[in-house]
Amino acid sequence: MGVDMLIIALLGLPLLASALVLLLHDRPNLRDGQALLIGLVTAACAIQLYGTPNGETVTLLSLAAGLDISFTPEPLGKLFALVAGVLWPVATLYTIGYMRGAGEKNHTRFMFFYAIAIHAAMGIALSGNLLTLFVFYEILTFSTYPLVTHKGTAEAMQAGRVYLGILVASSVVFLLFGILSVWVLTGTLDFESGGILAGHIDPFYVPFLLGLFAFGIGKAALMPLHRWLPAAMVAPTPVSALLHAVAVVKAGVFTVLKVAVYIFGIDFLRETGSSDWLVWVASFSILAASVVAMSKTNLKARLAYSTVSQLGYIVLGAALATSLAASGAAMHIAAHAAGKITLFFCAGAIYVAHHLTDIKDMNGLGRVMPVTYTAFAFGALSIIGVPPLAGAWSKVMLMGGALDNGHMLVLGVLMVSSLLNLVYLGEIVLRGFFAKPTHGLKSQAVQEAPLYMLLPLCLTALMSVVLFFAVDMFILDFGG
Amino acid sequence: MMQHLPVLQVLLPLLGAPLAALLRGRDMAWGLALLLTGAAFLISAVLFSLQYQADGPLIYDLGGWPAPLGIVYVIDAASALVLPVVSGLAFVATIAARRLVEAEIDARDHALFYAAWLLTIAGMLGQVTTGDAFNIFVFLEISSLSAYALVAMGAGRDRRALPAAFNYLILGTVGATFYVIGLGLLYMLTGTLNLMDLSERLAEVESARAAFTALAFIALGLFLKMALFPLHFWLVPAYAYAPSAVSALMAATATKVSVYVLIRLMFGVFGVEFNGLADAIGLLILTLGIAGAFAGTLAAILETDLKKLFAQSSIAQLGYMAIGIGAMSLTGLAAAFIHLFNHALMKGALFLAIGAIAAQVGRASMQSIEGAGRQIPITMTAILVGGLALIGVPLTAGFISKVYLVRALLEQNFWLLAGLTFISSALALAYVWKIIEAAWLKERPAGAPVLLETPAHYVPAWLMVLATIGFGIFAGPLVDAAYAAAAVFIGEGR
Amino acid sequence: MSSLAGQWNYFLVIALMMIGFYAVIARGNMVKKMVGLTIFQTSVFMLYISMGKVANGTAPILTGEAQTLYANPLPHVLILTAIVVGVATTAVGYALIIRVYESYGTIEDDDLIKMIEAEENAEARDA
Repeated sequence: MGVDMLIIALLGLPLLASALVLLLHDRPNLRDGQALLIGLVTAACAIQLYGTPNGETVTLLSLAAGLDISFTPEPLGKLFALVAGVLWPVATLYTIGYMRGAGEKNHTRFMFFYAIAIHAAMGIALSGNLLTLFVFYEILTFSTYPLVTHKGTAEAMQAGRVYLGILVASSVVFLLFGILSVWVLTGTLDFESGGILAGHIDPFYVPFLLGLFAFGIGKAALMPLHRWLPAAMVAPTPVSALLHAVAVVKAGVFTVLKVAVYIFGIDFLRETGSSDWLVWVASFSILAASVVAMSKTNLKARLAYSTVSQLGYIVLGAALATSLAASGAAMHIAAHAAGKITLFFCAGAIYVAHHLTDIKDMNGLGRVMPVTYTAFAFGALSIIGVPPLAGAWSKVMLMGGALDNGHMLVLGVLMVSSLLNLVYLGEIVLRGFFAKPTHGLKSQAVQEAPLYMLLPLCLTALMSVVLFFAVDMFILDFGG
Repeated sequence: MMQHLPVLQVLLPLLGAPLAALLRGRDMAWGLALLLTGAAFLISAVLFSLQYQADGPLIYDLGGWPAPLGIVYVIDAASALVLPVVSGLAFVATIAARRLVEAEIDARDHALFYAAWLLTIAGMLGQVTTGDAFNIFVFLEISSLSAYALVAMGAGRDRRALPAAFNYLILGTVGATFYVIGLGLLYMLTGTLNLMDLSERLAEVESARAAFTALAFIALGLFLKMALFPLHFWLVPAYAYAPSAVSALMAATATKVSVYVLIRLMFGVFGVEFNGLADAIGLLILTLGIAGAFAGTLAAILETDLKKLFAQSSIAQLGYMAIGIGAMSLTGLAAAFIHLFNHALMKGALFLAIGAIAAQVGRASMQSIEGAGRQIPITMTAILVGGLALIGVPLTAGFISKVYLVRALLEQNFWLLAGLTFISSALALAYVWKIIEAAWLKERPAGAPVLLETPAHYVPAWLMVLATIGFGIFAGPLVDAAYAAAAVFIGEGR
Repeated sequence: MSSLAGQWNYFLVIALMMIGFYAVIARGNMVKKMVGLTIFQTSVFMLYISMGKVANGTAPILTGEAQTLYANPLPHVLILTAIVVGVATTAVGYALIIRVYESYGTIEDDDLIKMIEAEENAEARDA
């Protein structure tokens, strides 16, 4: 398939799936089955796109002079599309299992917006200019809102308000401001290798412009705009898996990285030193979120703050402004996606099988759910950064990037963070396998989650291993 | 016939008004109004294309008397853009008016209602087409007087329409009188009333002080008419208590025309280069504009009556138009025109949809729409899209307006103002989301009246919604037309 | 005409304007507001007409005599229009006053505001 067709396929297939979901709303097996099938086709397209060399820009339509909706495949975008494309069918399989196992309602509405969110993620991944990215960014926000408030409880509605409030406000007040500033300064919004800002802006102002983007991209959950993430935990776990691994947060950090590389330019950032402040903010975010994670006993809350911390890695990679760091950040997009989605899948499995949400109640659960807990261990090790799991590579690359740029303290930050990850993730694994079981679990035979859920989490756990060995395929060269 | 189109544009509704007053049969007055507004819309479309092809202003001498002796009608890029907005919205509002008026106004008054309706539309069209400054005043008053009467007709439903109409009358007349005072001063200085002639002669006037005074009076009068903060207090009660069809028509058109007249006088007659005009008054308008944007948005967040909420929102949106004007640049003026166009579409859609609800339950409040998302999904979706357009979500017309407005500000290095514009825009999310939550995320309380929707209710609103989305996606022609309109006043005129 | 005394007409205009405007703003009775508005408008009429006066000019009516000096007819025309507008405004205004009186029983601003606010509060409680 030509690159053009692949782009259209990646954008159109999720829309097709969503339309079919509506049409087949009264035939659940058909409805969910077609979503899975289309997901697999999408994954295949994403894989194929990843393998093809860079293509030309495809312009969909022109809003007005200089404001085009266009798509340009480039390495970083193709990576994100790959992550989203491959994890979508996996997550769909899991969702089918979860929704039926946990007895959730309104499946059709759920699956409909799920598919639209993937469509939006693809749009972000493949966007060729800031306007296109912004359009799909907003579509993503609004299409995930019904997913966050799915349960319909007062708590869910409140979480939805926080979610929408932070994401829309940040995108309108800061991100759009940044985008339009770029437009007025340079006359264009297109992503170009090496950045487009050099020469058009007084270096004094670059840190502020960078700040507009860093805080405008609320989906990257950079502190202090991270509150929406733990708030969104109130949603069903497939949403958390989607939010935290596939679509929303990855779209956020992807955007940060893409803007850093293709709008500012790695060299421009390094020469002007304008991203140094972001190194510190990201470092703070990494450490502070890890500390908060340790204090949470609700499993999903802990995982949420872990995500905030891990997203900080990617922003850090963008801020370090070296090619190695940027590559590490890109690698981490994939590594963290695989690892975190595994962890969330396990959290959901635990909920469906035993209705447990608090870590304190999960003593000895590892013996009752060995498969789940093993997968959890894999995911945790990847996040901590232990070989032979994917997270190890991205951590190494980030450390290398820090060295390149002379940020010694960052090395310390990364190492302390790994230790903290070990503590708060390791605790869960250790409790599961080695602690004395709490009352309800004594002498229970193995009781795992349904197969629909086990299969995906094993798949993603394995992905973490595969990514480690296949790392060559994922090193992106950003020059400089 | 073709050469008489500029005058027919105004004459048709104008002559139709007394006719409508005589038609006492069922719906006959409405039918006539529909016919005439449709014809007016057609004419404005033709005029737009004629002007576009001619690449210069079309000038029509009334009675054959050439300028500057006689009164002329001028169709240039600016009026050619605004005419279809006014007539188009008038047409769609008339379509919706049938059901809305049936529900809200006593049958014996229908003929008179439509007479006033046609008069106010004729007045607005006249303000846009004419090239004579005093003629603007005449049509301004024709439009306003009938508007006062139309607002007062809401008294059948809610007697607060009467003091609202009276306040509107007082403030509107004061505004118009200020305009006349300023015009008198201009006449004393130049000896002419023809807009193009005025701008030429004004350039030669030595007494800048008198000219500034004239500008101050004229501007003040028009600020009142366009409800620029802080002269906006008449608008909310007038829109809230008027009959729903009137709210829709006026929200979409009346203040827009005053914005146009302001641009025409300030830039067309005085001109940006006029003796420090830009510095003195530009900053003032920018400040008032952003203040209005915040005042309107914050007030809207606190409102529970939907009509008042969107009326406050209109104050904010007019603030944005003022910001575009205050930027005193080509892009700024183009942005003002773009938003003039888009806001007419968005607010037209919203008020028509709200009107459909108000016509059924008497007062469209937050409480009355709880759970309405399930009962009247089509109407509520119209409100959703309209709301998203107000926030400035991409792919809606509101986004385009915002982009060009901020671009105009950034080009002039008004970074702080740009930031403030974004903040007020984001705040709009608060009141839009209150409505969305009420409609879709709450259950309809038992005992609440069942809401119906028939095509007559939602088709006019959806026409405007589709236009909002259409001009959000295919904005190119609009942007070009707006720049052409702005170029009439700044830079090379056409 | 630069001497102060020679511009007495403008001072009169300003005086009337301010009296009328004051009445509109400061008086709470609706009829008084209308009266103020009328005075305000009339002052503007006088502004136009007095500015159109040409020294030694007579009323601008063609009588067939040659070489008569006429005052400027244009302001007269404009003011005729404006008077009509003013009459219409006054008519609508008073009609509204009558309707308000029939409906509310008062035409005093303060009382009206109290009654309207009471209605609004009642509505807000129900909403």
